[in-house]
Amino acid sequence: MRDVTIRSLAVALALVLAAGPWLPQWALSLLTISLGKGLVVLGLLLLMRTGLVSFGQGLYYCLGAYAAGVLAQWTGLYDAVAMLVFSAIVSVLVASVLGLLLASYRGIFFAMLSLAFSMILYGLLIKMPAFGSSDGFNVVARTMLGIELAGKGGYAVLALAAVSACAAAMALHRYLGSHLGSLAPAIRDNELRVEYMGASVRGAVHLNYAIAALLAGMGGGVTALSVGHIDPEMAYWTTSGEFVFVAILSGTGSVAAPLAGSILFEWLRSYAYQYSPNTWQMVLGAAMLLIIMFLPAGLWSVLARRNKGA
Amino acid sequence: MTQLLAVAIDGVIYASWLFIIALGLTLIYGVMKILNLAHGSLYALGAYAAASLVGYWLSAGGSPYASYGLLAAAALVVGLVTGPLIERGLLKHLYGRDEIVLILVTYALFLILEDMIKLLWGVESYVVSEPYGLLGNMSFGPLDYPVYNAVLVVAAVVIGAAMTWGLQRTRSGRMLVAVIHDREISAAMGINVQRMYLVTFTIGAVLAAVGGALTAPTVSVVPGMGVEVIVLAFAVVVIGGLGSLPGAAVGALLVGMVRSAAVHYLPEAELFSIYAVMALVLLVRPKGLFSAAEVRRI
Repeated sequence: MRDVTIRSLAVALALVLAAGPWLPQWALSLLTISLGKGLVVLGLLLLMRTGLVSFGQGLYYCLGAYAAGVLAQWTGLYDAVAMLVFSAIVSVLVASVLGLLLASYRGIFFAMLSLAFSMILYGLLIKMPAFGSSDGFNVVARTMLGIELAGKGGYAVLALAAVSACAAAMALHRYLGSHLGSLAPAIRDNELRVEYMGASVRGAVHLNYAIAALLAGMGGGVTALSVGHIDPEMAYWTTSGEFVFVAILSGTGSVAAPLAGSILFEWLRSYAYQYSPNTWQMVLGAAMLLIIMFLPAGLWSVLARRNKGA
Repeated sequence: MTQLLAVAIDGVIYASWLFIIALGLTLIYGVMKILNLAHGSLYALGAYAAASLVGYWLSAGGSPYASYGLLAAAALVVGLVTGPLIERGLLKHLYGRDEIVLILVTYALFLILEDMIKLLWGVESYVVSEPYGLLGNMSFGPLDYPVYNAVLVVAAVVIGAAMTWGLQRTRSGRMLVAVIHDREISAAMGINVQRMYLVTFTIGAVLAAVGGALTAPTVSVVPGMGVEVIVLAFAVVVIGGLGSLPGAAVGALLVGMVRSAAVHYLPEAELFSIYAVMALVLLVRPKGLFSAAEVRRI
C-alpha cells in the first residue's frame, strides 16, 4: 500500500462506504450515477493513453445496461452482482469481436467507426418492441449476493458501485504500470518503434479496447441499477460525447481523475440544470473551451502541479 | 413498380437535402481538417432564422412568393455572421492542435449554440409551411409530390455545380485546392492561408444554414433538430470520403436511397441501415469511397 494512488483510492472508498448510510437519497443516487459514468470515463482514459479517442463508448454503456436489464427481466436472475457481472461479460464479448475490426483504425477514423457502431445499436434498439423501443424498460434488482434489497436499495447499490469503481481504478493503475500496460503511451508516441521492440501494437490496442468496453459495460450496469430505467439514448452519440467531455475535463493524469471528474461533473450539472435548465449546456461548453485552451491536460494537472511544487 | 418509383423519388429528395448539409461539412474538413460537430447547430440556426423571418413577413401581409427569397436571405445572414465569428473568435486560436481536440472544441461549440438557440427562440416549435404548399403538386404516374421538393433538388444540383465550378475554374478556387493539398507550400507560394480558412468556414456555415432554411418549411422547427442532422451528415461525409466533393454527392445519394428503401420496405431498419452502410464502407475502404491516395509524409 505504498502507492499514493492506491492508498488515496482506498481511503476514498472507505469514506464513501462510511458516509453512505447518512447521505440523503438524492446524494446517494447522484454519487452512484457519477461512479457509473466514472467507470466509462476510466475506460476512455486507457484508450486516450493509447492515443485513441472513442466517440462510441455509449455502445458499451448501453449494452451493459441492457444486459443487466435483460438478465433480470427474462431469466429472473435479479441479483445486482450477477447483473453487473453479466453487463461486463456481454460488453467484453462484443468488444472482442468489434475490436478485431477497430484495432487497425486510428485517429479520426477510430472515432468515426466507433460512433457508427454505437449508432447502429441505437438504431436497432429504438425499433425493438421487445425491449420497449424508444421508451426502454424498467430494471430492478431485488437481491444482492442473495440478500434481499429493501425498496430501491440505494445504499447497497452505491456500495456496489463504489467497490467496483475503486477496484477497477486500482486494477487499471496496476495494469498501466505493468509491461503490457506501459505499451499504451508507447503506441501513442510511435507505433513503429513498438513493433521494432517486438510487441504487437494490434494486440495491445485490441486488449485496451476490450478493457475500456468492460469498464463501460460495468458503468452501464451500475447506472441501470441506480436509475431503475434504461433507454436507447444511452447509445446516442451525445452520451458518448459527454464521456469524452468528462475525460477531457478531468484529464488522463491519474486513474483517480475520471472518478473525481465524473462526480464533479454530475454534481455541477445537477445544480446547473436546477437553476438554469436552458443554459446549463452553454456553461458546460464554455467551461470545456476554457479547459482546452488553458489547461490542455485537464483539471487533474492543476492538482498534480501543486503536489509537485510542495 | 409504383413503390420502386416512390423509393427512387424519396431517395433523391432526401439525398439532395443531405448533400447540401454534408457539402459544408466536407469542405471544412477538406481545407481545415476540422470535423465540425457544430455544423448541425448552424443548420438549426438557419432553420430558426428562416422560420421566424418568413413567419414575420407573412403575418405582416407580405407576398408569400417573396418568402423564397427570405429563406435564402435568412441563411445568408446566419452563415455570414456566425461563420466569421466562430472562425476568427475561436478556431483561429486552436489551429495546429490535434484533430480530436478540434472535434471536442466544436462539440463544446455545439453545446453552446444549442442553448443559444433556446435562449433566442424559446423551446416552442415554429411552423411555416406556406412556402411548402404554395407551389402546388406535381405527379409522377400515380404519385403526387409537392413542387417544393423539386426546388430542393434543383438547389442541391445548382450548389454542387457552382462549388465544382468555383473550385476548378476560378483563381481563388484553385488556390483553395492548393491549400487542401499542402498548406505549408501554399503559404510559401504567397497564398493567404488564414484568409482561405476564414472564407472556407464561412462558406461551410452558409451551406449549413441554407440546408436548415430550405428544411424549415417542410418540418416544424424544434430544439434539438440539429442533433440528429449532424450524425447523418457525418455518415454521408465518411462514406464519400472526408473532404471529397463528389464523395459527398455519392454518399448523399447512397444514404438517401438506403434510407428511402428502408422506409418503404423495412421501416424498422431506417436508422440502423444508414449506420450499417457507414460502418461497412469504413471497414472496406477506411478513408471513404472517394478519398485520394494519401501522400506519405516523412
